[in-house]
Amino acid sequence: MITTYLVVATFLGMVVYLCYFVATSEQEVLNNSFNSRQEILIAQNYRGDILSDKGDKLATTTLDSEQNETRVYPYGEIFSHVVGFSTHGRTGVEAASNYYLITSSAPITDKVVNDVAGNKNPGDDVYTTLNTHVQETAYKALGVYDGAIIVTEPSTGKIIAMVSKPGFDPNTIDADWDSLTKDKSSGKLLNRATQGLYPPGSTFKIVTALEYIKENPDTYNNYSFQCNGRFTLGDSKIQCYHGSNHGYVDFKSSFAKSCNSSFANIGTKLNKVEFRKTLDELLFDKELPVKFVYGTSSVHMEENLSDEEIIQTSIGQGKTQITPLHLNMITCAIANNGTLMKPYVVDCVTNSNNSIVKQFKSSSYGKLMTPDEAATLQDMMKSVVTSGTATFLKNADYTSAGKTGSAEYNSKGDSHAWFTGFAPADNPKVCVTIIVEGAGSGGDYAVPMAKRLFDAYFEEYPINEE
Amino acid sequence: MQEYVALLSKYFIAICMAVYTLESFLVFRFKQEEARRGIYLRQTILIFFIQFAAFMTLVIKSGDLQYLLFYGIVQLMLFGIIMITDMIYPRANRLLVNHICLLLGIGFIILCRLSYQRALKQFVIVILSMIIAMFIPSLIEKWRFLKGFKWVYAVAGIAGLSAVLIYGQLANGANISFSILGITFQPSEFVKIIFVFYVAASLYESTSFFNIAFTTIFAALHVIILVVSKDLGSALIFFIAYLFMVFVATKNYLYLLLGIGGGIGSAVVAYHYFKHVQVRVQAWLDPWTYIDNQGYQVTQSLFGVGSGSWFGMGLMSGNPDTIPYVEMDSIFSAICEEMGVIFGIMLILICISCFIMMMNMALLIKDNFYRYISYGLGVIYIFQVFLTIGGSIKFIPLTGVTLPLVSYGGSSVMSTLIMFYIVQGLYLIRQKEERYGRRKKRRPNREQRYRREAETETIPPEDDLVFLDGETE
Repeated sequence: MITTYLVVATFLGMVVYLCYFVATSEQEVLNNSFNSRQEILIAQNYRGDILSDKGDKLATTTLDSEQNETRVYPYGEIFSHVVGFSTHGRTGVEAASNYYLITSSAPITDKVVNDVAGNKNPGDDVYTTLNTHVQETAYKALGVYDGAIIVTEPSTGKIIAMVSKPGFDPNTIDADWDSLTKDKSSGKLLNRATQGLYPPGSTFKIVTALEYIKENPDTYNNYSFQCNGRFTLGDSKIQCYHGSNHGYVDFKSSFAKSCNSSFANIGTKLNKVEFRKTLDELLFDKELPVKFVYGTSSVHMEENLSDEEIIQTSIGQGKTQITPLHLNMITCAIANNGTLMKPYVVDCVTNSNNSIVKQFKSSSYGKLMTPDEAATLQDMMKSVVTSGTATFLKNADYTSAGKTGSAEYNSKGDSHAWFTGFAPADNPKVCVTIIVEGAGSGGDYAVPMAKRLFDAYFEEYPINEE
Repeated sequence: MQEYVALLSKYFIAICMAVYTLESFLVFRFKQEEARRGIYLRQTILIFFIQFAAFMTLVIKSGDLQYLLFYGIVQLMLFGIIMITDMIYPRANRLLVNHICLLLGIGFIILCRLSYQRALKQFVIVILSMIIAMFIPSLIEKWRFLKGFKWVYAVAGIAGLSAVLIYGQLANGANISFSILGITFQPSEFVKIIFVFYVAASLYESTSFFNIAFTTIFAALHVIILVVSKDLGSALIFFIAYLFMVFVATKNYLYLLLGIGGGIGSAVVAYHYFKHVQVRVQAWLDPWTYIDNQGYQVTQSLFGVGSGSWFGMGLMSGNPDTIPYVEMDSIFSAICEEMGVIFGIMLILICISCFIMMMNMALLIKDNFYRYISYGLGVIYIFQVFLTIGGSIKFIPLTGVTLPLVSYGGSSVMSTLIMFYIVQGLYLIRQKEERYGRRKKRRPNREQRYRREAETETIPPEDDLVFLDGETE
């Protein structure tokens, strides 16, 4: 009978849907703050540890004789934003992995023993991709400056270090809560690495260059420009950084020397509609494929953009804003031949016996540009180190590539120092993005920090001599 | 020790349920009722195993001995249902009786866990309903004149629904019930059955275009009253039942297509004109955005299912109380949360087994009136299961109907028990038909000859229920 088949088929669909729902959404459902079932788990289990890639405890729980929990963060301020806190709401890994931390996969025999003794069960432990040495180096490198540093692996998307300054001490978050939330100006709770929106300055020339390459795939090398320190178009004019005069430059040396006048000139030659498409592909004004809280980068680019705006936008000033995370992702895609790996910070979950409960794998988001375009940009970024604004890196034991930036944020000409780049130049293992607020030029302040971070990374993960 | 017992009973319940479900499909392998006796007995034992394990968990987890008392009376009642049905109607379908007991039992476990008071209230209503239901099969068998009361059904049905509309009290934006002496009735639950009788009686008279058009007007009147009462769930059930009954009586796909087209059209109109339809659709499409208002019920329900996962959090270990209307609309989520999704899937399969049984009855019974009734009741039953389960897992928008025999709700459980015992009555009629048919084999009267030609040799011997077997005519 047709009705019977119809009904059986419909119910079959429903059962399949139900199985799919259960198989895919368990932890997302439990992690939702509207799900009161978390309280049941919290009452049964004490919170698990958060560990570094090599097993250092970044967050742990101590129990007193009455089973009262205290959350301890051995590294204090160093991991404050990325690891986060679990009281007063949850942030960072504490929030993203809450479900795992409060779920206990301890063996049933252990659970029964705890049950009889009236003790809580140990929650599962979360291994992160963070490395303590690199993180500490990043924290120290920023010194007294405010700013942010992200260190990632372009081939996997693993986040090795993520620092934001000023920070806070998660151990004393309860006592400090009122002053932290009242103090709006310093924004200590804000994770500048993922949420901080900054003018990209000259680092944006990577994007402008990519667009020029896309529009002139065969002829971009024929480009030349005579720089006399400034560029004028109608009433609008801009200057090179500190009024430098770069003289004759071609496409590559414009990039290496970060010549504003030349890039303003390039900007006026671009097709704005095509430029918008490229920006969309690079995820400007779009959602990023990450599982933590972030700010959305924005660029003002449309068909009838004024001349003033186009030349400002081409050199990364104007209304453009970007997060260090987003710039790092673009750099990673260049280093990884155009393919962006989704950034992630949680590597695996283990139970109290240290056996793996869940392993996270790196996954690709897709291509942000073609391998050829990526190769051209890699080449240009190498020239920044060999003959441009980042020559501080030239004498290291490894090769490297990148782009500096000095983003002006007020009319007095004060600037944030930027660097984004990767090493080794020919076989990128690590990507670093740095912003130092109000320090000055990227070449002077951010590039030396990058060197310390590359050094620290290669100390921890030596390059195999093959 | 608590942990061990709770965990063991959780898996034990899941295994019992799986074996029960398996057996309820394996039973179709045997043609002879005698050969099935063993399976029926095993199923009965499994029902009591599930009850035992579940109530023990409740007692141990809560430390409250009142559950023990309730356990006692529920077991007595289930035992009573099986024994008394067997005594009065030795020829009744035991599989259906088992399913009724299993579903009622599951309902009592989860209701008892959610609200002891409500479980007790439900218990009283089930006892009352069973007393009524026990008379039904014999009445159905004897009162052959029921097929002539077409107008009585039509008037009774429309009067019943209109009464609610006029006197109804406001409940959740839908006027669906009214109270007499403190007891709340939901007449649409009972009108459903009368409606099936009306349509069956009318189609039995004639399947001419004129008669179908005429019947459609009255059927549409039922649906419109329900829509005006804002009981859209029931309106949908009536509509679907009518559509499929006309289809099975005429074998005309045109009616089915017309009906589906009309249904989609009305759905679009309803979406534009009824605010609460928009709310439900919105809550279905994107509950997470509206998690703190429209989407609250759906998301809490999904939290229940998701948190429970395959084997459930264990009875008394979940938090199903956060789901709004959990005892009625979202009982399935509560079951998945505490007893597991695997258990939930088994439950779905058992509902399908009940449905298949009713469809087989419709396939084999020769008298068209009873055939349509069996078919109509089957469609109503399974569609209601679909609406409530589909709604609570976000497969379709929530419509707020109950899961028959499991959900809390006096009218619902009473009307479903009446429905199932009507089906038992049809089963008796079918067996009689067969005996009668064999006796008169040499001298078939005109009506039987006509039917014999149509069904040719597909009439099986002493058995019933051929699982998904054969085409209709």
